[in-house]
Amino acid sequence: MTGPSSVSKSMTMGEAGLASALAAFAFISFLGAAMGHDAAFSFHASLACAASLIAVIMIGNRYLDRPAELPPAEIGGRPNYNLGPIKFASAMAMFWGIAGFTVGLIIALQLAWPALNFDLPWTTFGRLRPLHTSAVIFAFGGNVLIATSFYVVQKTCRTRLAGDLSPWFVVVGYNFFILIAGTGYLLGVTQSKEYAEPEWYADLWLTIVWVTYLLVFLMTLVKRKEPHIFVANWFYLAFIITIAVLHLGNNPALPVSLLGSKSYIAWGGVQDAMFQWWYGHNAVGFFLTAGFLAIMYYFIPKRAERPIYSYRLSIIHFWALIFLYIWAGPHHLHYTALPDWAQTLGMTFSIMLWMPSWGGMINGLMTLSGAWDKLRTDPVLRMMVVSVAFYGMSTFEGPMMSIKVVNSLSHYTDWTIGHVHSGALGWVGFVSFGALYCLVPWLWNRQLYSVKLVNWHFWISTIGIVLYISAMWVSGILQGLMWRAYTSLGFLEYSFIESVEAMHPFYIIRAAGGALFLVGALIMAFNLWMTVNAGRASETEGASALQPAE
Amino acid sequence: MSLWNRHKIFEKNSIILIVGILAVIAIGGLVEITPLFYLKSTIEAVDGVRPYTPLELAGRNIYVREGCYLCHSQMIRPLRDEVERYGHYSLAAESMYDHPFQWGSKRTGPDLARVGGKYSDDWHVTHLINPRSIVPQSVMPGYPALARTELDPSDAAAHLRTNRAVGVPYTDEQIVNAAADLRAQVDPDGSGTDAFQKRYPKAVVRNFDGKAGNPTELDALIAYLQMLGTLVDFKLYNEKANLR
Repeated sequence: MTGPSSVSKSMTMGEAGLASALAAFAFISFLGAAMGHDAAFSFHASLACAASLIAVIMIGNRYLDRPAELPPAEIGGRPNYNLGPIKFASAMAMFWGIAGFTVGLIIALQLAWPALNFDLPWTTFGRLRPLHTSAVIFAFGGNVLIATSFYVVQKTCRTRLAGDLSPWFVVVGYNFFILIAGTGYLLGVTQSKEYAEPEWYADLWLTIVWVTYLLVFLMTLVKRKEPHIFVANWFYLAFIITIAVLHLGNNPALPVSLLGSKSYIAWGGVQDAMFQWWYGHNAVGFFLTAGFLAIMYYFIPKRAERPIYSYRLSIIHFWALIFLYIWAGPHHLHYTALPDWAQTLGMTFSIMLWMPSWGGMINGLMTLSGAWDKLRTDPVLRMMVVSVAFYGMSTFEGPMMSIKVVNSLSHYTDWTIGHVHSGALGWVGFVSFGALYCLVPWLWNRQLYSVKLVNWHFWISTIGIVLYISAMWVSGILQGLMWRAYTSLGFLEYSFIESVEAMHPFYIIRAAGGALFLVGALIMAFNLWMTVNAGRASETEGASALQPAE
Repeated sequence: MSLWNRHKIFEKNSIILIVGILAVIAIGGLVEITPLFYLKSTIEAVDGVRPYTPLELAGRNIYVREGCYLCHSQMIRPLRDEVERYGHYSLAAESMYDHPFQWGSKRTGPDLARVGGKYSDDWHVTHLINPRSIVPQSVMPGYPALARTELDPSDAAAHLRTNRAVGVPYTDEQIVNAAADLRAQVDPDGSGTDAFQKRYPKAVVRNFDGKAGNPTELDALIAYLQMLGTLVDFKLYNEKANLR
């Protein structure tokens, strides 16, 4: 494979270092697997051992197959972009998306027909629900964010991604974290902090991967060929840094044994609750919002072939959003044992947050000035624009629900679930789909297999979302009203179980909505598969000039 | 115009941009979280609140493992209907030894903050194994495996020790006797009852799952559920005591 070369071939420090570190890790994991105190820990240690060995072999193979010199940073004066890890993360995003939506559908059906829990430990709602949330947020969403951030930072800095093996370490290591977390939930390994359920060893592994991610992103920024850092990269950077801070703040835990999966979190009671929702709300704010706003700021202007509407608005949007979001966590703890002053602060900042959120929405939507006609012809652009509209809707609904009187009705009900899903399916889902529909043809240098199928995906999923969120609005408000209803004699009118019974029809409608959303995603997966494997080569050179679909 | 130009300093230097982001996101968290560690209203001491017994702690870990918090809250809000439906609103002190907290965020099922003593042990045994045999409209999964799975008392001491390291005031004596106490709590006729009750005053000793033999996961979970919300005597609780 290696051509004639003037340089003698030798392993880089990175290759040798990572291979030996992984070999050592394989050995430690082997000991962990052999001596583990519980079956789940031993299972995870075995997975780590096998994965490290495979990684060592792959590093060796890659070394044997590659030419003596590493890929150049530029070819013929143009940046030689590193697309391999991005392709991997894009494919994983599609895979985890389908998996996460499927599990979501299963647990929706379980709430309508509880026999579907099968009463086996591994298949109950309580274990599958974290699998669903982590699969869609961290596995699907996370891979979309890593893929797009690696793409955008290279393109807007006009330079090759920093590092040689490290981008691969980030994408593969991150997906290994997902594997450990997901299989852990099924085995009952959880620290029960919502959206931060993985146990201590998975958290440690994620910390290593995430710091590498930050370094790769940062070093690419540092060696950029453009004088300015593009606005999308501000949002990506804020997302990466803040998630690191939140992860470290929420997860300090002491394992019962270094050879067992169980740990106890360092924080207790009220403090733990506050840390949890400081984390939880800002996982929404920085993972599901700032990260995906970065996608909006790159992909919508690119697809619409128009500049961002307002540069100044994007500056205000950025700083106001990241400053205000951090305060909003206590609105998850209204009327609890958290002190009132903290609840009031949380509510106040949540309401203020409405402004930068809508500022950002306006900036995204108005970017289409002069290109609105494309909505008729380009379903990919339409998907992204509708996602921004859903963003606007959720970020109005959120502040409203954070008002204490509204929250006294909405909290603990399905209304919250509906709110989350209008943001998750409508905003995060659609903007991710739009980005992947752009990205896959660009990465593989193909034309999208079928624009018609994108249209089908768009309409089927949109109907699914509408069914989902309207069912949850009705059931949530009904639930809240039933719980507080009094008879004329001053007694509580309904027992709790009557409110459970009343939810049944809405749970069926919700499951139907979720099923439609899944069908849409399956159509997408087929379309992207055909694009890569049977698509026609892109007519234009490179990814920069894309073809608007017809 | 000049102000907009000043923003260039962030756009042209990635390190300054990072410092700016860190500074901006630090403020809210610091203001909201730090005071919770020293404000008296947050860390009030209330008579009756004690650390969990080894059996209750094991039960709590099963509650965590099965994700019960995803459908059941443990936080009664001071609203008329909730106080009438579930009991006295929850105090901060009642979860002070909870690592992690289990307040929850969703009520697909009812709040459990004061479920202790509300139903009999028998009811819980039947309900946990097959909820619909006792509440036909329930959508809760059944957990028949709990009755079949025995607890492993050997690591009870390690669990208490870890809890002490994160701030739960277990005594040396409680830690040394953890495994024995775990067995004693399900064995009312055993010899360890008196010593157990000296270490955990007012803790209930009962054969929770109604079956002879070693403690099962069902024993532990029911022991935990039956003590939830029962520690504070609200006839004696003075809600003004911690105001200032």
